[in-house]
Amino acid sequence: MNKKKLIFITGAVAVGVVVQLLISSGVINPYFAQILTLMSMYAILATSLNLINGITGQFSLGHAGFMALGGYFSAILTTKLALPLPNFLMFPLSLLFGGLVAAAAGFLVGLPTLRLRGDYLAIATLGLGEIIRVMFVNWKYVGAAAGMKGIPGYTNFLWTYVIAVFSILIIVNFIKSSHGRACISIREDEIAAETMGINTTKYKVMAFVIGAFFAGVAGGIFGHLIRLLHPNSFTFMVSVEILLMVVLGGLGSITGSIAAAVFLTGLTEALRQFSDLRMIIYSLMLIVIMLFRPQGLLGTREFSLDMFSKFTKKAEKAER
Amino acid sequence: MDLSAKTIEFLQQLINGISLGSVYALVALGYTMVYGIIKLINFAHGDVFMLGAVFGYFAITMFGLSFYPALIVSMVICAALGVVMERIAYKPLRNSHRVASLMTAVGLSLFFQNFTVYRIGAQPKAFPRSAPVNWNVFGVNISSRQVLILATAVVLMIALHFIVQKTKMGKAMRAVSFDRDAAMLMGINVNNTISFTFAIGSALAGAAGVLVGQYYGVVNPLMGTLYGLKAFVAAVLGGIGILPGAMLGGLFLGLAETGVSAIGYSTFRDAVAFAILIIILIFKPAGILGKNTREKV
Amino acid sequence: MAILETSNLVKTFGGLTAVSKFDIYLNEGELIGLIGPNGAGKTTAFNMLTGVYRPSSGSIKLMGESIVGQKPYEITQKGIARTFQNIRLFKDLTVVDNVKIAYHQNVKYGVATGILQTKQYVDEEAEIQQKAVALLKIFNLDHKKNELSKNLPYGEQRRLEIARALATNPKVLLLDEPAAGMNPQETHDLMEMIRWIRDQFKLTILLIEHDMSLVMNVCERIYVLDYGKIIAHGCPEDIRTNPKVIEAYLGEEVDLSAEN
Repeated sequence: MNKKKLIFITGAVAVGVVVQLLISSGVINPYFAQILTLMSMYAILATSLNLINGITGQFSLGHAGFMALGGYFSAILTTKLALPLPNFLMFPLSLLFGGLVAAAAGFLVGLPTLRLRGDYLAIATLGLGEIIRVMFVNWKYVGAAAGMKGIPGYTNFLWTYVIAVFSILIIVNFIKSSHGRACISIREDEIAAETMGINTTKYKVMAFVIGAFFAGVAGGIFGHLIRLLHPNSFTFMVSVEILLMVVLGGLGSITGSIAAAVFLTGLTEALRQFSDLRMIIYSLMLIVIMLFRPQGLLGTREFSLDMFSKFTKKAEKAER
Repeated sequence: MDLSAKTIEFLQQLINGISLGSVYALVALGYTMVYGIIKLINFAHGDVFMLGAVFGYFAITMFGLSFYPALIVSMVICAALGVVMERIAYKPLRNSHRVASLMTAVGLSLFFQNFTVYRIGAQPKAFPRSAPVNWNVFGVNISSRQVLILATAVVLMIALHFIVQKTKMGKAMRAVSFDRDAAMLMGINVNNTISFTFAIGSALAGAAGVLVGQYYGVVNPLMGTLYGLKAFVAAVLGGIGILPGAMLGGLFLGLAETGVSAIGYSTFRDAVAFAILIIILIFKPAGILGKNTREKV
Repeated sequence: MAILETSNLVKTFGGLTAVSKFDIYLNEGELIGLIGPNGAGKTTAFNMLTGVYRPSSGSIKLMGESIVGQKPYEITQKGIARTFQNIRLFKDLTVVDNVKIAYHQNVKYGVATGILQTKQYVDEEAEIQQKAVALLKIFNLDHKKNELSKNLPYGEQRRLEIARALATNPKVLLLDEPAAGMNPQETHDLMEMIRWIRDQFKLTILLIEHDMSLVMNVCERIYVLDYGKIIAHGCPEDIRTNPKVIEAYLGEEVDLSAEN
């Protein structure tokens, strides 16, 4: 890992610590703290789905299902099996467990379904998400249709933020490796990728499993934030909402996904004041944005400081 | 002639399943036609179905129309809505990334739902209907409502078949869905043909909405999502883009769901539809009636 | 012993027989042409050799080992690389990334190493980059390494596709109409280059062309495919005068006496 990255991580984590201190001391009120936490959580969800949809080009609509698996199974660990562990160990352990369950499910369902292409895969993953949801509706141990109550509120901003930073870092590093390039080549041209010696099934499943893992982790964060898990919190509209972040940010652009996650979470909250009209405005904005920027806000480009320098250089040239 | 209790139960469920299935089939037809012609999963289609039920409800309660005039009014409004929807929200995106139009479809779906909630409230409304006549055939109960659903669905499907196979517009529809560019070169007005497809598909969805209102006696703004998804599953099951496939898929799904409920697993009903879908997709990716096509290398 | 050998290869699509009795052999270091009119089944034959299609029957042996039923990526890893008739580059990726992807099968570091970006990752990535650029230099594309491949002119896209195929380190290279869409001068240069590649990389090359005058000069042996069957086989001189070949090409305007 190079120096620049280490500095970046340290800086990013430092920002998180400062914000958490502001929250703890009451400068940032609990309402805003929750919004910031949700933004971080959606950043994890959007980047992980981007790995599947944007980077590998596999159209998945089942992210909410993996989120549900992670949420429920991590909550089982903290709520049902009260292991004698301190909270700061229990929580990450439960998130890891939730993520691994989701990843395992991703592997099991990915292997047969990832042979499907395009819309067929979309509809199959949508179906899988719904099947997972219906399973929880019928599972009495976790409260069935009434939902799972009494989950400890372990989630706070700092946890979520730090996990988000590391999740995104892992995904970005993966994309930059040769394995990530293999995934990108599948998006570009699956047949050509295969004839370049790339085991396309393996890499499709790999992207799917990594994506599912982080969706599971985010699900765990969600459960321990809301402290109640209900099957209806994981309908396919949630998958669509996450996909919307990916599309809005630009398929394949990680920074775009993060920006869109922050923007849409903020927008949802900002629209709350319109109560009844909230969803009408939201849906109209969605249509208008898609009509005017179908390639997303950033396209496939990454947002970086280089962009600014290019911009200023152009401006300088223009001045001369 | 006496039938055993089990046979009667079976026949009873068969009739229930066919009634439900014919509704799925009507909605699925719209999905399949639109997908066939512009390769778009029109997520808003389920909500057009819901709006059809709502229009039917108002036609009867506010304007005092009887069932069939209400059905026709609802179909006409839905057809117009379908055309407007396509022109405003889908046409500008025809040449961009397909996920973009999918997202617009989701946006439209959300808009229809929430606008309806805003106007009439989220509570289910009682759909006005006359008392049914029940016939007892060898111990099997057949209600006039079931006959109505089935008869209307069959008439509409025959009409659709006629339009697609025998009229000039139908020929144009088939040509455009086969190869849009070639159709354009042959002098077919592609835009009008696509609009027409949306009109027909939406009219069928509207009719299905009114039929469901009449059959179950309730209308609610959120009913479109699940019916829409199921109908789409039905379309994929039968082989998307293939009209008889949508009908077959709809019936198959209706029967499967009724069967699962009948043996006591009604809470798993919604999962069954998707489980069947996934199994079929894995073993026959193009659906029951679909032909496997390979990408040309 | 032949490096690549097929016997009785058949491919049917439903009731249609696209290729039947496809028997060819390639000896090590040979440059062989596969010609035939449009629709004769040449690309279908290629697709069978590279695992894109599974043959309906028959055998394909690479260095004595059967490769029927193997996945395209396995066959590539065993040493057959190809290009496509309608160029299939990774369009939205840079020129150098196109080549780097083809080196993937030789990458030793694992997923975890890639994520942790250890020294092994850094070293190997640097090596891949350097190898890729060196290969591009051979094809005179190194100065465009950071351009998106879709922005290259047509001829350079063809060259990049060949470079990318070579990056998989093949023993046998299959070229599907590499000269399609090129003007006579470009075609001439390309044929020279193909011969040079064969010598430089010690390859065996099978070349598809439907315009037979092109391959007459470069290929040592030529197979002629018509209606899915090999109708003639031999050195260019024999093919030129073979009455069956002339008959197959009748109606197509081919100047059989053309030297260039």
